[in-house]
Order: sequence, then C-alpha cells, then structure tokens
Amino acid sequence: MPTISYYLGRSAQSNVEEALQAAKNASDYNALLHLTEERAVKRAAMVDAGEISGRLAGVPFVVKDNFLAFDGPTTAASRILQNFNAPVQATVVEKLEAEGAICIGKANLDSFAHGSSTENSAFGVTKNAVDPTRVAGGSSGGSAVAVKLGIVPFSLGTDTGGSIRQPASFNGVVGVKPTYGMTSRYGVVSMASSTDVMGCFALTAEDAELVIEIMAGQDSRDMTTLPDYFAPEAANAPMKIGVIRDFMTEGTDEGVRARVVDYTKQLEAKGHIVEEVSLPMAKYSLAMYYIVVPAEIASNLARYDGVRYGVRAESTTTIEELYGKSREQGFGAESKRRILIGNYVLSSGFFDAYYQKAQKARQLLINEFNELFSSYDILISPVVPTAAFGIGENTDDPMKMYLSDAMTVGVSMAGLPALSVPAGESNGMPVGVQLIANAQKDALLFDLAKSMETKQ
Amino acid sequence: MDSKWQMTIGIECHVQLATKSKLFSPADNDARNKEPNAVVHPIDYGLPGMLPLLNKQAVHLTVRAAKALNASVAEVSRFDRKHYFYPDLPMGYQITQMYHPTIGAGSVTAPLPDGSNVTVGIHHAHIESDAGKQTHYSDHTLVDLNRAGTPLIEIVSQPDMHSPAEARAFCTELYRLMTYAGVTHGDLYHGNMRFDVNISVAPAGSDELGKRAEVKNLNSFRSVEKAAEYEFKRQVALLEKGETIVQETRGWNDATQKTTSQRSKEDAQDYRYMPDPDIPPIILTIDEVQSIQSEVGMLPGEYREAFSALRLDSSVVNTLLSNKAHAETVHAVLGQSPKAAMRVANWYASVFKEDESETDSDVETGIDPTDLLELANMAEQQEVSSTAAKEIFMALASGQTGPREIARAKNLVQVSDENALGAIVDDVLADEASAKSVADIKAGNDKAIGYLVGQVMKKSKGTANPSLAQKLIRERL
Repeated sequence: MPTISYYLGRSAQSNVEEALQAAKNASDYNALLHLTEERAVKRAAMVDAGEISGRLAGVPFVVKDNFLAFDGPTTAASRILQNFNAPVQATVVEKLEAEGAICIGKANLDSFAHGSSTENSAFGVTKNAVDPTRVAGGSSGGSAVAVKLGIVPFSLGTDTGGSIRQPASFNGVVGVKPTYGMTSRYGVVSMASSTDVMGCFALTAEDAELVIEIMAGQDSRDMTTLPDYFAPEAANAPMKIGVIRDFMTEGTDEGVRARVVDYTKQLEAKGHIVEEVSLPMAKYSLAMYYIVVPAEIASNLARYDGVRYGVRAESTTTIEELYGKSREQGFGAESKRRILIGNYVLSSGFFDAYYQKAQKARQLLINEFNELFSSYDILISPVVPTAAFGIGENTDDPMKMYLSDAMTVGVSMAGLPALSVPAGESNGMPVGVQLIANAQKDALLFDLAKSMETKQ
Repeated sequence: MDSKWQMTIGIECHVQLATKSKLFSPADNDARNKEPNAVVHPIDYGLPGMLPLLNKQAVHLTVRAAKALNASVAEVSRFDRKHYFYPDLPMGYQITQMYHPTIGAGSVTAPLPDGSNVTVGIHHAHIESDAGKQTHYSDHTLVDLNRAGTPLIEIVSQPDMHSPAEARAFCTELYRLMTYAGVTHGDLYHGNMRFDVNISVAPAGSDELGKRAEVKNLNSFRSVEKAAEYEFKRQVALLEKGETIVQETRGWNDATQKTTSQRSKEDAQDYRYMPDPDIPPIILTIDEVQSIQSEVGMLPGEYREAFSALRLDSSVVNTLLSNKAHAETVHAVLGQSPKAAMRVANWYASVFKEDESETDSDVETGIDPTDLLELANMAEQQEVSSTAAKEIFMALASGQTGPREIARAKNLVQVSDENALGAIVDDVLADEASAKSVADIKAGNDKAIGYLVGQVMKKSKGTANPSLAQKLIRERL
C-alpha cells in the first residue's frame, strides 16, 4: 500500500486520476459519499504547473463528510443537510490544501458522527476494508476504509469518543486523536464541543505525524484551540509505560488482549519499562460520556430547524410543525435518541443529578489520569474490546453498541491525545492498541509508534 | 397612592453595548437603517461548523458598566446556553451567563423629583447576545437577523422600588450611568435600553411580596412609570375584589396606556441551561479591571457633587445630567467661572427638557465651553439682553460658533453707548405720540415710563440696553 512518499514528486494529475479511479472501483464498500472530482482535477493541474507547492503537493486525501469543504454538499451523512453546500472550508482542510494536498472526496460516517459502526449513515453502511460482511467501525468509518483500501494515503476524521481510534482498529490502520484543542474545530459540523477533535488516518505513524503537524495550531476562529505547541521530537530515555489493567479484563476478547500483551513485550524488548496500572474511574467513563455528550449534541443540533438551510419539511402550516417535521424527517434514529437523552439530562430538576454529576466524575477521571502521568510517559490499552463485528449484529441493541466505546471515551472526556496503531489480528481481523499520552504530549506518541514500526 | 396597599418593583434592564462588532462575530453591530439581513455573519446565522468568538470590547464595556453600577467584577465568569426554538434565534439557543455572570452585586442611587433619593440594589448583571426580529404577515413571517448577536448586558435589580416615580428615577439614572460610562450609545428610540418591570402588590406593612406580573420590553422612562401606575391599579382592583394575581408576562400598549397579558407562568419554557463548551471562561485580574475602569470619566454622582456649589435647583441639575455632553460642558465652564456656569446651566435647563434623550441619540457633541464662557460674560456685562443671550445660546447649540459674531449678525448687541442711545431717546421724546406719557410721568404716574422705554427699544430694533434707556429718559425729564 503506497504511503505519502510514493505520491510526492509524481504527477499530481496522475495521483488524482488513480485515486479517483480506485475510489470508483471500490464503490461497493460505500466508503465515499461523493467525489470532489472537478476541484481535485483543477488543483492537480495547478500543482503540476507549479502554482501550488508544499509538503503534501499532489497527495490525494479524503475528508469525513462532516468537514465543510468545497465542491459538493457537506451532509454529515444526514438527510437534513443533504443539500447543504458549504460556503467556507474547515481550517484543517485549508491548511492541508495550503501544503498542496488534494481532497478527492467526502467519506461516509454515522449521521452527525453518532455511532460506532457507520451503520447510522443516512446513505448506507460502509463495509469493512478487510471483511466486507463486517462493519467499518465508526463514526469515521469511510475515512478508515478509504486508507486501508489504498484509495488515498491519508484521510481526515473526527473523534468525539473514539470515532477515529475505533475504525482504525477495525480496519488495521493508524488513527490519531490529538489533544483536545490542538486542531481547530472551525468548519466542522459540531457533535460535542467539549470533546470533538479533528484527527487523521494513515498507513504509518510517520505519515500520520506529518499530517497532524500540518493540521495542528491555534486558530483565531476557534477559541478552544491551544497555543501552537506541536513539534516532532525524539524521546531518548527508555519510556515508562503503564498498561491499564481495568481494560484487560474478561470483558475484552482474548485475542485483543493477546495483541496488547504482544505489543508490550516488544516495548520491553526495546528497553522500555512496562507496568500494570489501574484507572478506577474508567468504569464510569461510559456513563459520564453518555450524559455530557448527548447534552452537547442536543444543544449543537438545535440549529437544524429547517428555517435557514438544509432540508425543510413540506406543507406545514405552523412554525412548530415546520420544526417538528423537518427534524423528524432530517434526523436518524440514533441522533433522535441522543437529542432526547441530552434534553432530558439538561432539563430543570435533572441538570444537577445528571449533567453536573457527570462533570464532577469527569474531573475525578482527569485527576486519575494526571496522577498516572506523574509516573508514566504513556498508557496502553486495547482500543475496542473486540475486532470488527458483523453488519447488523449490534444495531438493535444500543447499549451493546455503546459498550464498544468503553476504552476510548475516557480519553476523550479527559481531552488526552491517543493513537490507535495496528497490532496484528484476532481471528483474522485486525486489532489495534491504544497509546495514550498526557495532554500536549502528542509528539511522544508518534515517537514511540514510529520506533515500533521500523522494527516490524 | 392607595395607602392600604404597597407595591414592590424590581427591574431588569437590557443595555445594548456600544461595540463595533457583534458579541461573537465580526459583523457590524450597527443595525440602524440597514436592509434586513445586511449585517449577518455566518456565526450569527448559525451555519454548521461556525464557532463563537468573544468580542473583547464587549467585555471591556461590561467592566466599565460594573464601575457605573458600583458593582464587583467576577475574576472568572462563564457563558451558558439558554435553549428555545424560535425563528429569530438561529442556533436554537441564546448565549448568556446563567451561572457565573461577569458583574456581581452593586447599587444605584437615583434622585427623585422631590429632591430625595432612592437606592436600588443590583443583584448582578450578565452579558448575553440579542436575538433577531420577526415580522408577521397574513400567510408568512419574515426573519431579520441584523440584531442577532448584538451584545447586551442585562442588569437585574433587587426589588427595592416602591412607587412608579422610584421606578422611573432608577431607569433614568441607569440610563445616565450607562451613557456616562460609555457602555451604550443610549439610543432609546432604537431600543438601546429596554426595561422589564416586575410589579407586585401586598397589603401595607406585609413582609411577604405579592404575586408579580412582569411588564416586558418598555423602552422609555415614561412608559416604565405609566406601566407601574397601571399595574398597581389593576392589581389592587383585583385584590380588593378578592381575586388573585396571576404570575405572568404582560405587554405595554402605548396607545391605550394599558398592560395586557402575554404569557402565564404555566407556559414557561424549560430553557435547559448548559455551560457553553465553545467559549473559554472570561478571566479578569484586579489589575485589568482597574486599568479598564480608570478610563471611565466622571459619573452623574460626581457631577452632582461638583454642581452643588452652584446651588441650582435639583430639577435643573437633573435636566442637565440627562445629557452627558451638557454636563461635561457646564463642568468645563465651572472650572473657569462658577458664575458663568450658573448662567449656562440655566440656559441648558430652559432650552432642553428632561428626558429629551428618549427620542434622541448621543449624536449631539455639545458646545465649546469657551464660547459659553464668552456668552456668559457678555450677558454679565449687559452687552446682550437675557433674551438675546438665550437666542445666541440656541444658535450655539445648533452648531454655530462665536457668540459675539452671532450677536452682531443677529443685531443683538445692546447699545450701551450713552451718546448713541441718547440720540434715540431724544427722538422718542420729541415724538408727539410721547407727549401723553411724558405728561403722565410728570404728574406722578411713574408706570408710564414703560411706554417710552418700549418706544426706544422699538426704534433701536431691540438693541438698546433697557435700563440705560430708562436712566437717560429720566435725566431728560
């Protein structure tokens, strides 16, 4: 599978042509919702003419369809935005384009990024790149599959509770969820503002690091971005690495646990110190996540009312009916479920009992992470308790679906950076390990992951 | 007022901040005389992917407001989302400060017409963004988002007022404070300050408050007073009939001078308040607050103190203070000559009615104090008559400069030269028509001199110094 270096120095037009062709050949996977062909071809010609240059000159990529980008609609895989054409582009898309990268299409996702399998897309499920009878994972399923299939060497996703890390694990690619605030959220359809992070998929940690380095940085259009800090660095001394015991219990498939153990053995072989650590608050992370995040979802989705943009229900007579029908028709079942939960936990009389309590628990979890990072450089856990499950297997059971997020949501609640790196297979399906660092220590993760890749 | 009942009033006042751009977007904050939806940024429009960007100037003006309200400033304050669906609210929530407002407790002391004061506690004041505007037609509604996202502070008073006059006085003083501190342009006609008045009635001497009605969206001091008067009568009438007051929101109809029910408490919405995760907290150090507040100029209370030396009638002072430019000008004259300042203050009070600001904005720039000092001296030296002085003052107020030039151009300079005036007096006395008056005066009817002075004034086209004319007539008789 060609990495970024393969595309550099080649004709951008042939890069784009090949990528578009590969995308069309792989249409059965439903990884991409639409191709931004016209603009991609135009930009490729400009790169070849020397009008655009940069570190990613002529390298094709795709973005999850919740990033605002030109040439075609930005749907967030929802009915309500299926006709929404963005008048501006996301900051991170602009930054990549400024380095010469060429967006060739928009990737499928769970509608509004609500889901863990890309089965909640309004435009059909995305199939796993390794086994098309299984889910791609989600919510950034299309972006993960596009990289695994070799359509593009990298892609963008959003990670609110594991939406990059989990599909990376399910498809056997590298997935990056940076520190909260390292990458700008401007121009990306908001899911949960306090945990939304823009990240990427790539085939190697080296490629992923280059993409993140370009994406990172303070943005005057997003007040929650951190001051610039990301710079690749090499850690010299052996690292102290903690394996999170709470995620290595019987609730996690044996094959998944075995791959984590393999990975830690390789780390030890490289001279790193590996110890078991415990994170007692981890068992509450799903509970706090599924209170705070739906609250923010309910709030962030309030703007989709059919009045100013997007799809408006027809033949309504009152404003209430217009709102009700537009939202009824425009949102999928999972989004509606989260809107209901969110409004419930925010409603008068329940706010303290749910939302406030969850925020307190969140602080306790952050405290535990801080404590661990006072002694450890990196924490390790599985990404998901299982490998990719079958399409339709969990769709009737939202709780079971939510459980697949158990190991990723805590990291999101704490705003920490994490990588999902391929670690072999379990019953023939790829599984990843999750490497977690303290806030703003993203470079440390890449340093470790890269050192592990060169040995393979 | 009915002595069996006592009323209690608390007021919430929305003040539009005089910022260049909106609270969370770079769109122009001046929506006056603009086409609908002309000053709307994608952030105000609630476009997917847009994030609020806090306007630093709005925070700055809020810190100024805190000084005017004699209130504390929170070291850490935060924004919250208040949710409800309405077509003029693009994001489905208003950004406000429910839990940690920037301005804490304070107080306002307002002068009453009888010369006494009322002191009203300020519970807190929070920053929030305004909504847009809807215009309803028979079969459709149009939305204008020009005002959506305009920065406001909402000042919430304690229920410390007990008469319509006190309510009016508080609102008037609040207006002065906010305009003096440069917080708002104070254009009441364009809704720069809007008042929600909470009124309840209870038996006199009762410790408990009655059920309150809230009259929303009043935009003049007069309507605040009138609405409170009306509500008192309405609620007393209901209570005396043995009925209960419904807690509700009411509107004020200026044409009928009545309040009408709009929404009862049962219809109250659950706003599902939530901390806004898109906006980091506002952090203000003591040094920052002091530095911002040091920019605030003199406040009405300080002017009152300065003007107390002039022993002016309190109504004159308050009229003067209803326009910051007037107060500043008189204060500048006061620095040169208290005597001149007294004259100037009275000119202002007689020419500008109190509350004139209700229909005007802050565009008036004021008169050059040097010109006023000169005019006051001209009046003092009787170079111009008092009537002429006022006329020249009005010319200065309308933008002309140079009182002497104006006096000359309008032919208002008094003739105080005895030779020149003597010639006119001689003419008048020589006139046959004067003979009767002259005879009357000689017969002891001194009042008859008025006719002769009048003739001199007429002949001199009003420029004669009347007392000199009288003196010269007497000398000649």
